[in-house]
Amino acid sequence: MSFWNDPLKVAADWLEGVFTGWGMNADAAHVLVAFLGVFLLIAILMVIDIFLVWVERKVVARFQDRLGPNRVGPFGLIQPFADIIKLIIKEDTTPGNADKVVYNLAPILSMMSVLILWAVVPLAPVMLGTDLNVGALFLIAAGAIGTLSIIMAGWASNNKFALIGGFRQVAVMVSFEIPMLTVLMIPVIFAESMNMNAIIAAQSTWYFLISPLGALIFLVAAIAELGRAPFDLAEGESELVSGFNIEYSGMKFGMFYAGELLHAFTFGGFWAILFFGGYRFLGLEQVSPFLAILILIIKAMLGYWVIMWVKYTMMRIRIDQMLAFNWKFLTPLAFALLLVTALMNALLASAPAWLYTLGMILANIVTGWIAIEIARSATRSEREHIEGGKKPAEAHH
Amino acid sequence: MSEWIYVALFIVVGLVIPIGAIAAGFIFGPKKPNPVKESTYECGIEPVGPAWIQFKAQYYIFALVFLVFDVEAVFLFPWAVKLGHLGLYAVIEGIIFVTILVVGLVYTWRKGMLEWA
Repeated sequence: MSFWNDPLKVAADWLEGVFTGWGMNADAAHVLVAFLGVFLLIAILMVIDIFLVWVERKVVARFQDRLGPNRVGPFGLIQPFADIIKLIIKEDTTPGNADKVVYNLAPILSMMSVLILWAVVPLAPVMLGTDLNVGALFLIAAGAIGTLSIIMAGWASNNKFALIGGFRQVAVMVSFEIPMLTVLMIPVIFAESMNMNAIIAAQSTWYFLISPLGALIFLVAAIAELGRAPFDLAEGESELVSGFNIEYSGMKFGMFYAGELLHAFTFGGFWAILFFGGYRFLGLEQVSPFLAILILIIKAMLGYWVIMWVKYTMMRIRIDQMLAFNWKFLTPLAFALLLVTALMNALLASAPAWLYTLGMILANIVTGWIAIEIARSATRSEREHIEGGKKPAEAHH
Repeated sequence: MSEWIYVALFIVVGLVIPIGAIAAGFIFGPKKPNPVKESTYECGIEPVGPAWIQFKAQYYIFALVFLVFDVEAVFLFPWAVKLGHLGLYAVIEGIIFVTILVVGLVYTWRKGMLEWA
């Protein structure tokens, strides 16, 4: 057991030794060391978060054929620090007739809901916050707190735009949690565990390869849960000005902004963990935990990049379109996929690995294809129903 | 149970960090409130009436359907975990269970409740 193989345990044992040497109770020393570890992880996350601001702005700029921040420091890297100083010394206004307690609680909960998600993220085989056996459920539960904070902010601001934003967030919440919960069961079925570490350990082949449709549905639901375009109804810059966070300024707005970016990065990480093997890559994770962390961060960044790609490519959809898309397409599809996956999993239980993978891929493709065909014929008949009275020639002019 | 101590620590630290950041803003930022600054934003005009009004939530039925499926997930997660051991019998059980709930969704749909009105 050397520092290179298990740095966390070595450091924790050494620190515990130091604390007990000072005459501290063994249990208290253990909790104190755990506290320091959690604090260190969250501090590192906040530093990553600061650079995510820079990454996001640079990537948007490239998507829009601009340069992005490039004045302050090399490649504009110091820009986010300047932004933080600005946020700190900005006046923090509170609307006079707002619900003060809820108003102030919302940005704190928004940040906390993201940070506690990292309790179940396995950074390396030996490095994780806690090995919860209900990790998958924890992901959903903690994510719901983030949604709640947006609703709280929308309600408490006592502003009409914010209130509409909050209402819309309720609609998003009642829509996209069901598909997400449902496809979350697919990795659980394969791994026979809700434990994140066990899900990664069971991924000899990436679950993306045996359930590509599940991975896609998870991504769509995650983007909706994050409230990013095309599902950024609660924010809606062009119609609700800024939606739920319209009345927030200074560091409270900063918490919403930083929380959203870190949330997107975290869900990129969960996408990688559930469907792309987490920290596993060609056995490199066995070499050193540091390498495993690097692999996970690279995969999370790739997932984050896909989420950004979607955000800056798609336009916002309307709320009724979103509800219809979810309840008439995504939810039935997610349930059909879950049942097909469960059925194939039982039928192919004793099949060789290649046949299992092939059968799963085919089942996914057929399910997705049937769903798209049904949706296509349904929209065609609806369009004909609406445009039925018109002649085709008139419709063109 | 000891794992949940870590979750509690994450919650504590996760609360302390944003509170600290907001407190820093509170300490270093100027505080010169006045009634105009404290009024809510409404495109530059004075706010008309309060925002806490009754509002028609068109997705009320969606929320009810959501509740049904959300509770159902609680039953399905244990099923998913042990599916590999239980075999085809459990899969058929699961299909029947989900079908009963999907019938509810289809009923809502047929009744025209999933339309934006």
